[in-house]
Amino acid sequence: MPTSSAAAKKASRPAARATGRPAPELIFGDLWEFDPAPETADPKLKPRYDLFINGKFVAPKSGKYFDSINPATERKLAEIALAGPAEVDAACKAAKTAFEKVWGPMPGRERAKYLFRIARLLQDRAREFAVAETLDGGKPIKESRDFDVPMAAAHFFYHAGWADKLDYVAPGRRVAPLGVVAQVIPWNFPLLMLAWKIAPALAMGNTVVLKPAETTSITCLKLAEILQDADLPPGVVNFVTGAGEVGAALVNHPIPAKVAFTGSTEVGKVIMRALAGSDKKMTMELGGKAANIIFDDAPLDQAVEGIVNGIFFNQGHVCCAGSRLLVQESVADRVLAKLKTRIRTLRVGDPLDKNTDIGAINSREQLDKITTLVAAGVKEGAELFQSSCKLPAKGFYFRPTVFSGVSMSHRIAREEIFGPVLSILTFRTLEEAVEKANNTCYGLSAGVWTDKGSRILKMSTELKAGVVWANTYNKFDPVSPFGGYKESGFGREGGRQGLLDYCQLA
Amino acid sequence: MTRLPITKTPKVYVGGAFIRSESARVYPLHDASGAFYANIPQCTRKDLRNAVEAAAKAGPGWARRTAYNRGQILYRLGEMLEARASELAAALQLGGATPAAAAREVAAAVDRLVYYAGWTDKYESLLGSVNPVAAPYFNFTVTEPMGVVGIIAPDECPLLALITLIAPAITSGNTVVALASSKQPYPAILLGEMLATSDLPGGVVNLLTGFRKELVPTFATHAHLRALIAVADPEERKTLALGAADSVKRVRLIKAEVATDWFADAAQSLQAIRDTLEFKTTWHPVGT
Repeated sequence: MPTSSAAAKKASRPAARATGRPAPELIFGDLWEFDPAPETADPKLKPRYDLFINGKFVAPKSGKYFDSINPATERKLAEIALAGPAEVDAACKAAKTAFEKVWGPMPGRERAKYLFRIARLLQDRAREFAVAETLDGGKPIKESRDFDVPMAAAHFFYHAGWADKLDYVAPGRRVAPLGVVAQVIPWNFPLLMLAWKIAPALAMGNTVVLKPAETTSITCLKLAEILQDADLPPGVVNFVTGAGEVGAALVNHPIPAKVAFTGSTEVGKVIMRALAGSDKKMTMELGGKAANIIFDDAPLDQAVEGIVNGIFFNQGHVCCAGSRLLVQESVADRVLAKLKTRIRTLRVGDPLDKNTDIGAINSREQLDKITTLVAAGVKEGAELFQSSCKLPAKGFYFRPTVFSGVSMSHRIAREEIFGPVLSILTFRTLEEAVEKANNTCYGLSAGVWTDKGSRILKMSTELKAGVVWANTYNKFDPVSPFGGYKESGFGREGGRQGLLDYCQLA
Repeated sequence: MTRLPITKTPKVYVGGAFIRSESARVYPLHDASGAFYANIPQCTRKDLRNAVEAAAKAGPGWARRTAYNRGQILYRLGEMLEARASELAAALQLGGATPAAAAREVAAAVDRLVYYAGWTDKYESLLGSVNPVAAPYFNFTVTEPMGVVGIIAPDECPLLALITLIAPAITSGNTVVALASSKQPYPAILLGEMLATSDLPGGVVNLLTGFRKELVPTFATHAHLRALIAVADPEERKTLALGAADSVKRVRLIKAEVATDWFADAAQSLQAIRDTLEFKTTWHPVGT
């Protein structure tokens, strides 16, 4: 038996790789099929959802309903009531009565308990809500399960604690609630945006009429069940469902003292114009075109993970998505190579599958918009790379896409795509990175990757953005104020700073 | 034989220089008795745009000054006003104020500057925060000035109201383009002279005189004005809010038709500083 000790040694310790020879790549992608691992918890959907007004589910007078579909399969999930002007009016009146009779006069410590209850009840039903959120919106179950739902509960829990401590919100001044607040939220984080909006408003003593996006109303109306279970007094929170015209009726209604909107810059401007000349307060959380900036001293493997998380989190349907990658020229090739390898391993498909990284695009309309902008990128001469992964036959899906060789004037570098599409630009010096990052009408967020703490702080000082992530991306927390500069909107959500946007100073 | 006095040609203070309107237009100012006093520059949209450019240029340098330095400069401005208090009071009497009322307004204006001079190195400790996120990051929120702020002052209290609106904005490092009272522009003309000798860098405060009707629409739509603080009537408020929507400008509109007590303690506040601040949150990694 040839038992040469030299041979054994050789087998366990391969010779040093010749210089210049690349390390072998492990491509998982389609090579290794995973067995399906669907999340099976029951989302407990009702076939039909009515409006939630004054603590009760009520049918619209018009009798009109619209379908909410699962974007992953294009199959109908439930029917959602279409609110008319009469229902918007009823909701505003219920909110006004609740504010004057119950919620406004209630001591903060009692309001706090309701919010704590809501947080707890949501945690109890977290898995059910996660599945419902994924079915309705198309996001991967691992995100709705690990991020959307727990973070929504965290927002209620955090703001609950503020309700009896409002004397500490504005130094030297006493604060008072505004009254009824009209809130309009988008489809990318339906339940989480709802929590961001409702929790601070209620903690401050306001009452709420909220309109969810028409493609994602289900978790909002499921939350109404929790509000009932929590015994929240009728009228404190009201939900009206439908598309833009319902939102218009709500923000233009005379009762609300404030409008809080999260959505596109385009619609934000429409609302600002509609409210011009009124005394309504506003906060706007609008679009973005964030720069994710990679310096040559960054931990590149970690940065690549951050780039992927920055642009492919929630299919890129994130207002603060790191959609412009700025890479220092000296490492641009290495970063792009690593990024392509990483992207090939992303699993696109059934959002309910626990292994899915990228789920379904929220709607056909959004898919068309992404497709149009990607075509514009190709036409303008940027170099396209797309993952070759298989896409499901039915449903709205888009391959993870990267454009290199992008210049600042390209549409894909200026317009918010709101999809899994990354534009890569390069820079040489810190000053050039700052200049390019700030050269946009938006200013919501930015990412910085470097090993140097002082450079992080320098970049954070120079970047005109409301949130700066260093060596990380897309991190959120109820204690951490979120909101934009410039055309990304005004006002903050979260933290002490966010609360102040829901009060008046007495 | 009595000596014929030399009258001063009023000029507005823009970009650290004393200018007349590029249009060469003026409008006559009369004293309380109706006698001609001087010709006031009737600034145009072009003057406003030039002033915004000057303010934008001065912005980064002013914002980078240390808080201590900004405080000393604001205090120095107070010193300049105090030293020329009688001149300012005379300018207010021109518009019909009694000597006592004029003196009271000047004193209040100086005190207001001193109030904000003391805030420059304190507001950040109260408005910013360190946020205990549930992840290994040092998460903190700091304030930043918004940039160039447009200010439209009312006719009443032409000195005190103007200073009450300007001071909180520059306290944090914003730069300002302000439209003074059309009816009583003379205190603003004098204020420009005091600004020029106050160590405040040129372009940080730019004062315009002229007609609101001509200038309000440009204040509303100028994209480089990041915020508007205006005392305005309902029609102007609508114009300003509509124009502000184009570039998602921050606006704080004070109702002209509702009397404001510019002397009250409530007219000065930390909140007024906050009105022209942005909040920036940084997630800094904690680790090796």
